[in-house]
Amino acid sequence: MSAIMDQDSSGMFKVQQTIGSVVCCKCGVPMPPNAANMCVNCLRSQVDITEGLQKSVQIFYCPECGCYLQPPKTWIKAQWESKDLLSFCINRLKKNLNKVTLTNAEFVWTEPHSKRIKLKLTVQAEVLNGAARLQQSYLVEYTVRDHLCESCSRFHANPDQWVASVQLRQHVSHRRSFFYLEQLILRHEAASRAVRIKQVHQGIDFYFGNKSHADRFVDFLGKVVPIDYRQDKQLVSHDVKSCFYNYKYTYSVNICPICREDLIFLPSEVASGLGNLGPLVVCTKVSDSITLLDPRTLRCAFLDAREYWRSGFRSALTSRQLVKYLVFYVHPPPVGGQKYALTYVEIARESDLGNLFTVQTHLGHILKPGDQALGYDIYGANVNDDEMEKYRLHGLLPEAILIKKCYDKQRERKEGKPRAFTTKKLPMEMDESRGGGGRVDQEKMENEYEEFLRDLEENPELRFNVSLYKNKDYIQESDETASMSTDGESAPTVPIEELLAELELSEEDMDE
Amino acid sequence: MATRLQFENNCEVGVFSKLTNAYCLVAIGGSENFYSAFESELADVIPIVKTSIGGTRIIGRLCAGNKNGLLVPHTTTDQELQHLRNSLPDSVVVQRIEERLSALGNCIACNDHVALAHTDLDKETEEIIADVLGVEVFRQTIAGNILVGSYCALSNRGGIVHPHTSVEDLDELSTLLQVPLVAGTVNRGSEVIGAGMTVNDWTAFCGSDTTATELSVIDSIFKLREAQPSSIVDEMRKSLIDTYV
Repeated sequence: MSAIMDQDSSGMFKVQQTIGSVVCCKCGVPMPPNAANMCVNCLRSQVDITEGLQKSVQIFYCPECGCYLQPPKTWIKAQWESKDLLSFCINRLKKNLNKVTLTNAEFVWTEPHSKRIKLKLTVQAEVLNGAARLQQSYLVEYTVRDHLCESCSRFHANPDQWVASVQLRQHVSHRRSFFYLEQLILRHEAASRAVRIKQVHQGIDFYFGNKSHADRFVDFLGKVVPIDYRQDKQLVSHDVKSCFYNYKYTYSVNICPICREDLIFLPSEVASGLGNLGPLVVCTKVSDSITLLDPRTLRCAFLDAREYWRSGFRSALTSRQLVKYLVFYVHPPPVGGQKYALTYVEIARESDLGNLFTVQTHLGHILKPGDQALGYDIYGANVNDDEMEKYRLHGLLPEAILIKKCYDKQRERKEGKPRAFTTKKLPMEMDESRGGGGRVDQEKMENEYEEFLRDLEENPELRFNVSLYKNKDYIQESDETASMSTDGESAPTVPIEELLAELELSEEDMDE
Repeated sequence: MATRLQFENNCEVGVFSKLTNAYCLVAIGGSENFYSAFESELADVIPIVKTSIGGTRIIGRLCAGNKNGLLVPHTTTDQELQHLRNSLPDSVVVQRIEERLSALGNCIACNDHVALAHTDLDKETEEIIADVLGVEVFRQTIAGNILVGSYCALSNRGGIVHPHTSVEDLDELSTLLQVPLVAGTVNRGSEVIGAGMTVNDWTAFCGSDTTATELSVIDSIFKLREAQPSSIVDEMRKSLIDTYV
């Protein structure tokens, strides 16, 4: 064979070198020479790069929350045969894989109940002092042992265990605000982390497992109602050596006692602070601030929680003291703005139809002669306030203030029929510790709830933050046109577009 | 037939012994096993001489020789030189040479006709080699290595070279040496063949790590299977006599 002469870049003749073949020193198969002078198979049979690598590992799994333990203390949530689990398993082997490089890892199927996870790892390493690079796969078996994580075990040991509690109170005689708040909480899922919810006199108690959950809940409350709160803590246990203190935190939250539709006689400082708002005002809306409407001037003022608690005045008359009035005559024309209109109306109490009053009202936009309205009877009321008494004696107060229109007559037709919507309720425990009168309270509660639902129907802006669900039992009235003809007006209802359909999962659907 | 043996648990047999067609040198070991192995093969045929060179036991790498002569480095003491002259047959010329590269066994690979030399050897040394050993000297490299003595084992009938030798180099060397050559390994994949084994025309000694595959390669390339001391004579006779009358 003649050597092939090549001219390379430096101008020298270089003979082309062809690599010959030698015989593998172990098995005799011809192969190109390598550093070990052994064919790959012989090399592989001689050298095991997986020697000294961990082939079985124990990992801990919490069956309650589905987390795996990464010692010393972290619990990592991972699904069966997921990427997270793969990286977690490889992490557990990390220290072991120093000398080799991992090129591939995958799961080998195991029965989920076998409590074993099998991983096939492919590693590469250099053998014979860097002479060659071998690649080899091997199996690692993980034994999964059940071990409750700390939070789950604490929960199991004492399911009522709470770390923080929020005691929500409103010192009024009705529970309307709590019904509304309940719907708000459901809508925003603010109490999803609560361990327990308990209903008590004039309030609700929420128990949380974590202080931050309680903090979050109190923040939420502060955004939706005007509150004043204080935080206290109680030492439960104390680790002297590591200076670790275990506390129970309690938030005492007070909702401001002014509610919607309340009549308020403002103290003189507050009135002058709000720009001489007429001392008699109606509260029209309570969100994170209180809206006060002067029915004489149609002027609104806003008080936020801090401003309110600076003076802390209480309502003069609350919605319990609302009285039914019959409207006889409405003086045209109504003078007003977008929401309200001022007119003079002639009204008389239903109980005392002989006594006619002429009062100025802000409901001129909806009242018509023959309507029923609810309002406060200042003429016949007994008030506690000296200032207000003085004003009355001087004749500076109106005899009555109308608050809202009454739809009782229209509602009579619908008596007993189910509503188009239903609401969900929070899983609350009733306070058993109150003495006596259990059944009476139940009736009172039902009445109050009925009034709350009526309130929802009448006020669209109240429905804004509330989730209403379609009522399965409600049948569309086919003779609606007939009912419309008898009366010019029907009771206010929630339009069907606003209702949410509930998600229903039934057993039959799942089989399909 | 190639034999597997060890010198004091070391498989590098070519380091501690030198085998030619006329004589055999072995190093002085702690036990007689090494010597006995050689003796069992070669006892009545050629003299086996126990020696040291320069006080060391690595005699295989320090001296170079064939049936005509033996070259020893300048580190050899007078006594060792005298001992060698006394022990070896008279036809073998023992010559001490002054050469910077004193590990002559690593620098020179030779059989009875031709020798490969380290490229940096002195001109004088080359002449002495040609003279004393009666060979033709070629300066060569094997697979890019200049230590030709280490990376090849040569006899009159064949030779093994470093496994990474390219095909062209193999052809060139084969042409020069006029013997068949093969690229192979000894002692389970070791590339230092000259140190791993020692060979003459009818027998070879390898380290005990040598695998059966390597041994078969050695046997085939050096044609050791049918080789007995007497068979060489028979073969010569066969070539001389044309026909039987």
